[in-house]
Amino acid sequence: MDFQLTPDQIALKSGMRDLLAARFDREALRAAVERPGLDRSLWRALGDAGFFALRLPESRGGVGLGLPEAVLVFEEAGRALLPGPLVATHLAAGTEPGAADGESVVTWADGPLTAWLDEADHVWGDTEGAVPLRSVDPLTPLHRTRGTRTHVPEAALLAAAEQLGSASRTTELAVQHAKERMQFGRPIGAFQAVKHLCADMLVRTEVARAAVYAAAVTEDPDEIAGAKLLADDAAVRGARDCLQVHGGMGFTWEADVHLHLKRAWVRAEQWQSADEAAEVLARSL
Amino acid sequence: MDLTYSEEEEAFRARLRAWLSTALPELPPRPDPLDWPARRAYDTAWQRMLYDAGYAGLHWPEEAGGRGATPTQHLIYLEETEKAGAPYVGANFVGLLHAGPTVAAEGTPGQRARWLPPVLRGDEIWCQGFSEPDAGSDLAALRTRAVRDGDDYVVTGSKIWTSHAEVADWCELLVRTAPIAEDTPKHRGITWLAMPMDAPGITVRPLRTLAGSAEFAEMFLDEVRVPVANRVGAENDGWRVTMVTLSFERGTAFVGEVVACRRTLAELAKTAQRNGSWDDNAVRRQLGRLNAEFTALWRLTQWNVSASQRGGGVPGIGGSVFKLRYSHARQELYDTAARVLGPGALDLAHDWTLDRLSSLSYTIAAGTSQIQRNIVAERILGLPKGR
Ligand SMILES: Cc1cc2nc3c(=O)[nH]c(=O)nc-3n(C[C@H](O)[C@H](O)[C@H](O)COP(=O)(O)OP(=O)(O)OC[C@H]3O[C@@H](n4cnc5c(N)ncnc54)[C@H](O)[C@@H]3O)c2cc1C
Repeated sequence: MDFQLTPDQIALKSGMRDLLAARFDREALRAAVERPGLDRSLWRALGDAGFFALRLPESRGGVGLGLPEAVLVFEEAGRALLPGPLVATHLAAGTEPGAADGESVVTWADGPLTAWLDEADHVWGDTEGAVPLRSVDPLTPLHRTRGTRTHVPEAALLAAAEQLGSASRTTELAVQHAKERMQFGRPIGAFQAVKHLCADMLVRTEVARAAVYAAAVTEDPDEIAGAKLLADDAAVRGARDCLQVHGGMGFTWEADVHLHLKRAWVRAEQWQSADEAAEVLARSL
Repeated sequence: MDLTYSEEEEAFRARLRAWLSTALPELPPRPDPLDWPARRAYDTAWQRMLYDAGYAGLHWPEEAGGRGATPTQHLIYLEETEKAGAPYVGANFVGLLHAGPTVAAEGTPGQRARWLPPVLRGDEIWCQGFSEPDAGSDLAALRTRAVRDGDDYVVTGSKIWTSHAEVADWCELLVRTAPIAEDTPKHRGITWLAMPMDAPGITVRPLRTLAGSAEFAEMFLDEVRVPVANRVGAENDGWRVTMVTLSFERGTAFVGEVVACRRTLAELAKTAQRNGSWDDNAVRRQLGRLNAEFTALWRLTQWNVSASQRGGGVPGIGGSVFKLRYSHARQELYDTAARVLGPGALDLAHDWTLDRLSSLSYTIAAGTSQIQRNIVAERILGLPKGR
């Protein structure tokens, strides 16, 4: 047993981080917030980098990697708050024309909510009578739909990986702020109340990481449900604590924290909610 | 990322399983959990069986009489013994999990030869004399004095919360060999001694725990003579030696218990299905959540073990992350058990009631949750030290 990233996995993860730093840095993120809509050239760049075709066999033009590798790149996407129906398009690669190389955008009507309906080239599932919402997340347009949940464990796991990336990012942002912001003549991170918020953020993130990575290796649906539940919690509570550590600054549109929180709320309702996951996990006992 | 065990590891597991299936039926019946002298006898008998079968000190280095097993083999050992319902280290806890490893790492060849074999054979058990009435979380504030007199240290002071002091043969004792001064950090003047528990001048007064047992005690030390030869590490260098000890304590101490918690959770679900509390959405979902929790804690254990294996076998700081989460999860497990049991949870005859009571110590012993958070924040996240 060697439950650690291999050198190839580390390289893949940091390659994805570099790509996103170049193509979707903070400036691009903020620009996207002001001008919502899917950036097709970025979508194609992701396609070129193998983001969507990652798990397609090489014989079918894919990269031929597995779920653990997909989880690592989705973690980076979550960290960077990359918008778009990433999970649905990734799952459609190899089935829906153009999905694998980022030429087309695929979304999936996932029970009560469907994301990116108007921008999608292909829509899976039942969207009859879809009603647009004023989405809480400025980077995820949402429709209310009446279809049933799709229950694709892989989708739940990839969303969990994005939540994990978001949780580690908000932990980092909180710690960075706690080291720099001075009050009462000292960095606020010297105060225990702040320190303990940060420590809890890290603990939730690392527990979620172990769960998400292990579920990617075992592909066990129960373990995936557990990973989703813990990663949702790490992302949502991590963003809230990060906001608290930022004080008044955290309540502004200017700070990125709210974007993490809102996306985490959206993902928590996608593919498998906490209650649904808990039911699956109870039944497997 | 690989969660499959190698052929060699699986062979080790199979041998261990086979041995456990013949060894466990030979054990005497389990003693009353509140009766520590009986538990000492039971736990040390088990240790002797492990020794005879070649499983004692599995994770200790070979020079120290151990088997030099890899962290993964140790993990398999803890998993299998727990699954088979074998006794936990119990009274051998301090000797096997921290005093022993500390002597192995920091002791002289003579000290290793004197102290380690009896620990492995189950002949001698150790207790830990660190905490004092005025030095708990602030351990470095300890005041028990040791004054050099010829070849002895003369020790005076008092210790508290010393687990199984009443039944121990040796005590890993922290003493002050240089007074607390304004201008030097207080952890500078501390020394690590091995104190024989039958030395004149030691009074042990049992303290009753909230579970009703006499699991720990107060120790009064009145001019107790401890040979200078029993000092591990240099004089005034005991704090560094202690840090070695604590990394062992936090590194592996709870592994077997995660497996036990998963078993308890499965039993709890069965009980809930039988008594109808399963139909309560909140209870059922809470059981589901705990399933996620303990599965993840097991995976985190495998992650930490793999990290330590890559790092040469030294338990890492990840232990604090684990301990923080685990101690709270365990309390939640037994609080949920109480919801499932209903009024039955108020009956001390039920195992889970006693387990619920003992779980209350998990967020306190071996460093409180608040102290663990400080460690995580300062040493992992690099936040500034508080005052
Ligand atoms: C079952 C059990 C077995 C034990 N066995 C042993 C043993 O064998 N040998 C041994 O030496 N010791 C043992 N201990 C002692 C244990 O290590 C101490 O109880 C523990 O370190 C806390 O110290 P304290 O009890 O003095 O509490 P205190 O340090 O007085 O703490 C009281 C409260 O204040 C908080 N607090 C204190 N300092 C800080 C801080 N800086 N920041 C934030 N909060 C703080 C604590 O978190 C806690 O909530 C045992 C304890 C228990 C419960």
